[in-house]
Amino acid sequence: MNLIQKGIAGTLESSDILVIINPQAGGGVQLSLQSKVEKQFGATIRRVIVEKLEALGVTDVVVDVKDQGALDCVIAARVQAAVYRAAGVDKVNYEVLS
Amino acid sequence: MSYDKKHVESFSAENGYKKFRGVFAESPQLESNEEKHHRKIFSSIESAVAASGLKDGGTISFHHAFREGDKVLMKVVKVLSDLGFKDLTIASSSLLNCHDGLIEYIKTGVITKIFTSGLRGELGEAISNGLMQTPVQIHSHGGRVHLIQSGELAIDVAFLGVASSDEFGNANGSHGQLSCGSLGYAKVDAQHARYVVVLTQELVDFPNYPASLSQDQVDAVVTVEEVGDPSLISVGAARLTKNPRDLLLARIAASVIEHSGYFKTGFSLQTGSGGAATATTIFLGEKMTQQNIKAGFALGGVTGSIVDLLKKGMIGAIADVQSFDIDAAQSLRDNPAHNEISANQYANASSKGAYVDRVDVVLLSALEVDIDFNVNVLTGSDGVLRGASGGHCDVAAAANLTVIVTPLLRSRIPCVVNSVNTVVTPGQTVDVVVTDHGIAVNPNKPLLEKRLRDARLPVMNISSLRDIAIARAGTPKPIEYLDKVVAIVRYRDGTVLDVVRQVKR
Repeated sequence: MNLIQKGIAGTLESSDILVIINPQAGGGVQLSLQSKVEKQFGATIRRVIVEKLEALGVTDVVVDVKDQGALDCVIAARVQAAVYRAAGVDKVNYEVLS
Repeated sequence: MSYDKKHVESFSAENGYKKFRGVFAESPQLESNEEKHHRKIFSSIESAVAASGLKDGGTISFHHAFREGDKVLMKVVKVLSDLGFKDLTIASSSLLNCHDGLIEYIKTGVITKIFTSGLRGELGEAISNGLMQTPVQIHSHGGRVHLIQSGELAIDVAFLGVASSDEFGNANGSHGQLSCGSLGYAKVDAQHARYVVVLTQELVDFPNYPASLSQDQVDAVVTVEEVGDPSLISVGAARLTKNPRDLLLARIAASVIEHSGYFKTGFSLQTGSGGAATATTIFLGEKMTQQNIKAGFALGGVTGSIVDLLKKGMIGAIADVQSFDIDAAQSLRDNPAHNEISANQYANASSKGAYVDRVDVVLLSALEVDIDFNVNVLTGSDGVLRGASGGHCDVAAAANLTVIVTPLLRSRIPCVVNSVNTVVTPGQTVDVVVTDHGIAVNPNKPLLEKRLRDARLPVMNISSLRDIAIARAGTPKPIEYLDKVVAIVRYRDGTVLDVVRQVKR
């Protein structure tokens, strides 16, 4: 997916996650994570984010994440929404989302 | 034979009695009117400390009825630090976020030991990271009295904040501009400390009634500008929470109590504070009203929601060791059926009679419960001290029905686990665990489980609850600890139930 702008999804509410992504040409994936469950789930959260980016074909991006203890399904959904917004996708076919 | 002074004196000497040296010889306080009436009034904390004979290495105590609004503890510790005291043991009935400032005095060696029910905030964090040389002693509210009475916790000077006092030390927490309600914890310190300093916001005419702390216990009275911030005393209003998960938990908990077999006229209850507990009290009150089931008494930790039921005639009496909000404090002042009790009367296992022994139903919260029903209310999911033992293990041990209410997940942290980080309340004393995904009954209560199943409540095996939690959240990485013990968890009988270790950074 081709990113053209900054994309933001999520909130700072408990059990949610705020994902901010910025495209950067040729820089790979740079992930910075702040999580209140870093000690217990930091590795899991990073893996879910990276896997989602890979699945969406996003390779060069700066990802800034503030996690309030979101479940994996929430993390994946917020990453996906942020990527879509960064790619300027405004028509989403919700039936084929995964 | 007429009075013969010499004969009496020789009789006294020969038989080892103390010689009579005049009526005031042993009661010098009666020699002048000034001294007789005003001798306990001190103009400053400093002068009261000087009179107390406190020395380096001594033990000072406080109570926590002013909760997050407490202004006494930090003020007194600052004074003691300025006076150059070192190596003190601080024994507060509990410590809250407003006591984070103690870190500085631990670093400078003013405070070297702590006895408390709870630790939170930056102080809990610092202690979990190894701030203190000597581990903190964590006790329950009943267990504190046991430690005092067994002599392990010997208080030299108690500094007790009150709402009002007269110049003789008759003091209470309920009659004054600033009302904290019950002085249940302070009553114990007043009885057992070697020297008792009352710090009062209002000095009123003698005699001040009710005398929660009484003149025969008090050595010194100091008037201070403020003992507490009234806006920070309350831990939760009596209004119904809007949090849908708390409401769900409360509905299930109220149904559990309704169908437990203990819900009949004359039953007794304790429900505590917090959104789910308050909501449960309200829902249970509705069931009591609908079915005309009146409780004999309520114990606590009293909130406005319990007071409402007293006012409606659905509860016969309240025994109040600590008033959690202004409604409870006012009720204690105005309603003769609302009574103040000491922590010894409340929960001490070695007292001649504790109210907890007579409780049918208690509702308690938890940070974590494990599949053996052990409860942790002390350390957070990262292993850091951020809670309090409170009356949890006291009332769980004694009540007929102990109900633990907890969400299954807090954000993505499972609250039903294989093994809790820290045991504060042994699983043997826990009967039901209520979560938003179902309830589990201790296998040692088969009849109770049958009743709840018959009522079509969502009863399941506790390991199933653990499995659901892990399926949703994943398995958390275990907390890494170092060897150093930072806190010792004392059970209510004084034995060691668990230890808390320093967390690895």
